[in-house]
Amino acid sequence: MNVIETNALGKRYGNTWALRDCSLAIPDGHVVALVGPNGAGKTTLLNLMVGLAAPTAGVVTVLGGRPAGSPAALDGIAFVAQDTPLYRNLSAADMLHLSRNLNRRFDERYAKARLGELGIPLQQTAGSMSGGQQAQLALTLALARRPQLLVLDEPMAMLDPLARHDFMATVMTAIADDGVSVLLSSHVLAELERVADYLVLLSDGSVQVSGEVDDLLASHQVLTGPAAEAGAYAQRLNVVHVRRGEAQAHLLVRTDGTTAPMPPGWEAHPVSLEELTLAYMRDPSAAALPGPARIPVEARN
Amino acid sequence: MSAATLPKLARQDDRLRPLPWRRMAWVTWRQHRLTLAGLAALLGAAGAYLLITGLQIHGAYAAVAACRPANAQFCQQVDNDFLKTYAPGVGVVFGLFQVIPALIGAFAGAPILARELETGTFRFAWTQGFGRTRWTIAKLVPLAVAVTVATGAFTLLVSWYVQPIFSAGDNNGPLYPTLFDLLGVALAAWTLTAFAIGVLAGFLIRRVVPAIVATFAVWAALAVGTGLFLRAHYVAPVVTTNLTIPTQAWVINQGWFRGGSPASLDMINTTLAQVDVRAVTPELFQPGPATPATLGDPVQYLMHHGYTQLTTYQSATQFWRFQWIEGGWLFALSVILIASTVWLVRRRAA
Repeated sequence: MNVIETNALGKRYGNTWALRDCSLAIPDGHVVALVGPNGAGKTTLLNLMVGLAAPTAGVVTVLGGRPAGSPAALDGIAFVAQDTPLYRNLSAADMLHLSRNLNRRFDERYAKARLGELGIPLQQTAGSMSGGQQAQLALTLALARRPQLLVLDEPMAMLDPLARHDFMATVMTAIADDGVSVLLSSHVLAELERVADYLVLLSDGSVQVSGEVDDLLASHQVLTGPAAEAGAYAQRLNVVHVRRGEAQAHLLVRTDGTTAPMPPGWEAHPVSLEELTLAYMRDPSAAALPGPARIPVEARN
Repeated sequence: MSAATLPKLARQDDRLRPLPWRRMAWVTWRQHRLTLAGLAALLGAAGAYLLITGLQIHGAYAAVAACRPANAQFCQQVDNDFLKTYAPGVGVVFGLFQVIPALIGAFAGAPILARELETGTFRFAWTQGFGRTRWTIAKLVPLAVAVTVATGAFTLLVSWYVQPIFSAGDNNGPLYPTLFDLLGVALAAWTLTAFAIGVLAGFLIRRVVPAIVATFAVWAALAVGTGLFLRAHYVAPVVTTNLTIPTQAWVINQGWFRGGSPASLDMINTTLAQVDVRAVTPELFQPGPATPATLGDPVQYLMHHGYTQLTTYQSATQFWRFQWIEGGWLFALSVILIASTVWLVRRRAA
């Protein structure tokens, strides 16, 4: 089952395409990091997935083909929006009661136990909580719905490092206990690097990279060698990004698992996820997508 | 997604029955109980005032009604004194109460969606399992019914309060503009309309305070437009040259005509100069030193010199017909506004 599937998805606001020609197929059971610079279209894509926005072009379905925003889709997705909006004048207990009334499933016992562990009093109003507590409350409400997919938009933007750690701990526990699929967006990869096993990189409204983290790391290498030879050598490679020093050049190349013999003086290193992401962000014209497989000529007929 | 999986998924969707409406009852109550308390406080305070002063008015009118014989000059005097004492105060109260629909529309209607959109909580509310279309209906319909029923009940008190003034034969009948909108079904209908305007304005403007201001502005334009231009034409008005018109009729227009065209104040004054009378207004005349003692009423003098007075009016007996016409179109407008809001929420792009 694909938790998220989009086909030629596009969203236009006025004359500007916030998202264009976006095709994705994300299988379930992953922690997906949706990364991209500010304004890349992350929030637009999330809004389309959870049904808050309607596509201008293309289709988006969730949880195995349910149209985004349909009752069946809303039932299985829990969404925590940016800045975790809550009703400021309602107490935690009221927010729990509200969520229970608005959803088919709501595990009130889990929610209360969770708030107890976090030390959030049930009578405290959401408006008087700290940013970290508000985020935890919003996350608790989302998890108590027992969703198949948890969508978090910039969940940690407003949190201090300690609150970030606690927040991610809650998410990771839910993943371990319930096998929920998670999609997190952020413009800072570092905070997702430890948890994500699937990466979607958006840039300027389109998908630049999409794939499992292990596959992406296995199919990319950094080649280091003399700067003078870099230009000629790069001609023969699928280069994502070139970083030149005084004497040495670093080429981030996409190998797709194949290793060609290297000229003397060159060395290959594995790439880190952050390096890889930054390289693609710096070079928006490069792309690493699953794409259509090339069919050998003799097989065509 | 392959074609083979489609029918199975469709069946799965069918099985997923919508959550029952009663689930939203608590949500609407919890989130809008302060609004409802404010509504109760507003109408309660206004109602308490009407009750206290109304009892005084009714007490005073009991003496007027008991005066016998009713057509004796003494009793006419008692009746006039009663009106002179109480009618101006009632007029002020009705003037102030004109804003009741706008207050309710602006402070109860406008924030419902505007606050969700302004604070971003719509991202929470509209992604819950209940679904945003039904969420919107489950909020707007009960609140619309509440404000309509509350103001409808309030109208009963208003009618009781003003009854002695009408019974005593005040010049202003129930069709008089500031009286008409607070009687019959009009107050409830205007409140529902103001509420619907507020809800839609709140959705379109997405900010609470500007939405409140816009609600007042749109309501005022609609109310003034209706009172000045529309209401007089619900039924073709009566036009007469007769100088006596039915009591408590709503006089829409009155003026002098000569030879089929309106006569200006100058024309009237030129005619009246012959007998040294000056017309301050077309209805108010001031005799001069040279006015002959035999002149009598200057109105009769004008009529003998080719003038006719044309009066356009609506009879007070049309009151309920007018109420149902106004209530009907306002109700239809409110339904259209609320349905449009629900439709916009449904198709809205965030």
